[in-house]
Amino acid sequence: MGGEAADEALRGDRVSVTVSPAPPRPLGRVPTRRPESSASWRLSDRIGLAVAWALGLFFCALTAAIVIYLLVQGLRYVSPHLFVTHPTAGFSETQTGGFLDPLIGTGIVALIAMGIALPVGTAIAVWLSEFGRPAPLARVAEATVEMLAGAPSIVLALFGALIFESPLLGFLSQQTNHVVLGRSFFAAGAMLSLVALPLVVTNVREGLQAIPSHVREASYAVGKSKVATTRRVLLPAARPSVVTGAMLGLGRVIGDTAIVLVLLGATLNLQGAGGPAILSTLRGQGSTMTSYIYENAPTGEGNQPTKAYAAAFVLLMIVLALNVLVDLAGRRARELRWS
Amino acid sequence: MDEYIPTERGAGWSQDQRAELWLVCIVVGLLIAMLVFVLHAAWPSFSHNGLGWFGTGGRVDGQIQAIFTSGDLKSTPLYVFHAWPLIWSTALITGVAVVIAFGSSLFVAVFIVEFAPDWLRGVLEPVVRLLASVPSVIYGLLGVLILVPLIGNHLITQQEKASVNPTVQLSGYGLLAAILVLTIMVAPIMIAVFVNGLRAVPRNWIEGSLALGINRWRTFWMVAVRTARPALVAGTVLATARALGESVMLSMLSGGVGFAPNPADGLIFLFEPSRGLASTILFNTDELSSPPMQHTLYAIAAVLLFSAVMLSFAGWAAKQPMKRYGVIA
Repeated sequence: MGGEAADEALRGDRVSVTVSPAPPRPLGRVPTRRPESSASWRLSDRIGLAVAWALGLFFCALTAAIVIYLLVQGLRYVSPHLFVTHPTAGFSETQTGGFLDPLIGTGIVALIAMGIALPVGTAIAVWLSEFGRPAPLARVAEATVEMLAGAPSIVLALFGALIFESPLLGFLSQQTNHVVLGRSFFAAGAMLSLVALPLVVTNVREGLQAIPSHVREASYAVGKSKVATTRRVLLPAARPSVVTGAMLGLGRVIGDTAIVLVLLGATLNLQGAGGPAILSTLRGQGSTMTSYIYENAPTGEGNQPTKAYAAAFVLLMIVLALNVLVDLAGRRARELRWS
Repeated sequence: MDEYIPTERGAGWSQDQRAELWLVCIVVGLLIAMLVFVLHAAWPSFSHNGLGWFGTGGRVDGQIQAIFTSGDLKSTPLYVFHAWPLIWSTALITGVAVVIAFGSSLFVAVFIVEFAPDWLRGVLEPVVRLLASVPSVIYGLLGVLILVPLIGNHLITQQEKASVNPTVQLSGYGLLAAILVLTIMVAPIMIAVFVNGLRAVPRNWIEGSLALGINRWRTFWMVAVRTARPALVAGTVLATARALGESVMLSMLSGGVGFAPNPADGLIFLFEPSRGLASTILFNTDELSSPPMQHTLYAIAAVLLFSAVMLSFAGWAAKQPMKRYGVIA
């Protein structure tokens, strides 16, 4: 019995020793010899490989089809004047105007959401990765961020409607006859920041953890405090990860529809709520590109598919651009190797 | 990292540390407040219906209409609500889409990590990332304008349409379109997580198997995929949560009728329209002004939130016994 237990413990120990200290080498390239051909495999294995090939090619073809289809439709229906005309209600393509207001709305919402999510998310990530004290609270915060990532955005939207209707926060949104609707750019931006927050936290944290401890030790050795090390050494080194997190979060914010439909009212034009110019817009209702597409799809109220195609094309181009930026940031992060 | 500097505790915290602590407190507080708020707002609907809330009975669309109007008339508010068709729709669409996506994602992830030639790997990785970041409303739009007419005009015969006409209309909006598009939406999320997990498998474990003369395909499935099981769980949980909460795309494609598709109908089952929990909230957000309607919608939201929380908990629990394999998801 005792021998078995010791054996078990040894085995467990050996497993953890082989795995935990040395980061595993990446799979994939076997540098010296060519991989064996599949000709000698069993039929079932060869069928499996064929399925893998087919599915891989299918995803490539699918993406190509989506992008090319939207590109063709977009080039057919997008014209410069769409970007500078306000949307109007109407029954035909010529009557309904462009999508200037939704574009502005997307910009405002993205600014508010990232303005909240980026500093808060970075702070949480720094705290979790560098300080982590008090430990129970850190664990709760971790679980919270994870749960936020899993919370359906429609639930976040309903929750936002609940808190922004309350008298305490009512001054942030439009009021008609002292009845607060709980719909404004403030409300939508604040709730969308919760959508972006987990992505920012996860990425910044990964970036910070990828910095080896000797970098920190070098900074402590020259007499820097922990806070100064974080500010001057760690955060600059983790900047590519911060950028990646911000871009991924921004992509989610721009692409979210449910929260915008519930908390922004999805009116065609920006409707100010009265008061000073900028504040009036921010407290008022409006629309974003996503809600514009939703309304103009055949299932929506506007039902102008050509406008929806044009807006979808523009939105996809924005998302593509964000993807390219994430790629560039990732490449910079990989160039900055610690050894 | 903490060991390297003298640590001070309690009152000795610096200002920055205290500021960060406050920020985290705010976020944690917000989440707890969210749970309490939503459950509080949902309570009347649950307490009036009891467990019947989750059961069948009557037409759910008519019940929603009655709940909404009873709030306007200043009469006694109605709460009768049996959500089974909505729950069934969500469970069905999410379940089938996640199962299909899991199988294909696993193959694609294995392909990307081990079997794809370098040029194809270079294409597939950005492709997967792009597919994961396309907004759901664009998927919905493409589904409405391409997939739905295709199904409605070519796959469903007039005979089939006539056979169920008094109950539901078969027009292409239905289970098939919803499941197909949802599969495409959640698969990239799974692939990304699976690939990360498979990459983390130590190379020498695989080489050990190869040295025994087992071919690469078998080796990869027996060693790498098994070792990466925590990552498989994590990816599936993430994708299921996304599918559960998907409201916009499903409200565009699933048909928008509170009807429970019946598998006993045979092939027509695939074309039957339905409406899930999340899209029901989205459909009725304009009716939040009516108090009983508000309570009902928050009850639906509470069910969704509870499922999402339970899902991440189940994922966490499933990963515990796998931890000793050593690959962290």
